[in-house]
Amino acid sequence: MEILYNSMYYVGAAALILIGLYVILVKSNLIKVIIGIHLLDTGVNVLLVSVGYIKGGKAPIFTGTSLGPTQFVDPIPQALVLTAIVIGVGVVALALSIAIKLHEHYGTLDLRRIKELKW
Amino acid sequence: MRKWVSAILLGFVAAGFFIVLSDIPFGNNRMDVAKYYIDNGITETGAVNIVTAVVVNYRALDTLGEVTVLFVASLGLGALLHAGKDGSGNKQRASLVVRTGSRILFPLILLFGAYIFVHGHLTPGGGFQGGAVIASAFLLQYLAYRHYSIDRQKFSVVESISGSAFVVVGLLGLAIGGYFLSNFLDKGVPYSLFSAGVIPVLYVAIGLKVGAELAGIVAGLMESGRG
Repeated sequence: MEILYNSMYYVGAAALILIGLYVILVKSNLIKVIIGIHLLDTGVNVLLVSVGYIKGGKAPIFTGTSLGPTQFVDPIPQALVLTAIVIGVGVVALALSIAIKLHEHYGTLDLRRIKELKW
Repeated sequence: MRKWVSAILLGFVAAGFFIVLSDIPFGNNRMDVAKYYIDNGITETGAVNIVTAVVVNYRALDTLGEVTVLFVASLGLGALLHAGKDGSGNKQRASLVVRTGSRILFPLILLFGAYIFVHGHLTPGGGFQGGAVIASAFLLQYLAYRHYSIDRQKFSVVESISGSAFVVVGLLGLAIGGYFLSNFLDKGVPYSLFSAGVIPVLYVAIGLKVGAELAGIVAGLMESGRG
């Protein structure tokens, strides 16, 4: 339990990634697969931010008062995740638009009934 | 069958996570590169928000690439959904509360988005967040009014101008400062609005570009749902 408590964010991030992967692999509804992609995306973002966390650290923004440079968390993962979130939104929007077109073409979102994606 | 194969695969992934992450204890200080940014960020860039200093100054070229990815995504979405049919769609009107509330909130949300991207170098936030807030204002309009439609032409003009402004500022940096996207303007006094050289300029460009792109994505998805 001690290990679980100390690395709570890792556990949560890994759980999100695994749930996302499971949904992508197993579900046959295209909308659910897209939700899985976004869960995976969120999990990776949480993992990156939690790798950069430092105990007791604050957001790396100088406020002109008491905070010194030793009290900040790592700003680089935050900068990476900041851009990754926007990319994730773009990816999901593009995936949804492809899903709309597939539904118009096949009349279904079930991947097993769309012949080319049979597994 | 499918579930068992997936479960075995996930087991391997989970084991991989455990092996890798057990070498990286949570919450320990392991900054090398970041330490440099925190120690020298203010003097080198003038921005008190170190995340902004990294995104729009040290790694501005990556940000340009990232803005391009978003542009390509919205371009692909526009190409896929351009032939939106005019149809009935959802007949139900939004409630009076939503319609009245959206009228009051719409300018305030736009103002808040602009505030977020203008103050990106001083407070949490920046171009991407402010752009997302601005796009959410247009989403609210779409939810409140069934026949609401943004003028795509004007949005793509805003998007093109702000995207070009990013590159032009970069090229000016190349001409004046010696390398692409160098911070050639006066860095000013930290903690004041007009500081950090080109960072606010770039973040305003990014904010407008992301806002216009995400609003275009929202418009594409909402209008295709009417067909």
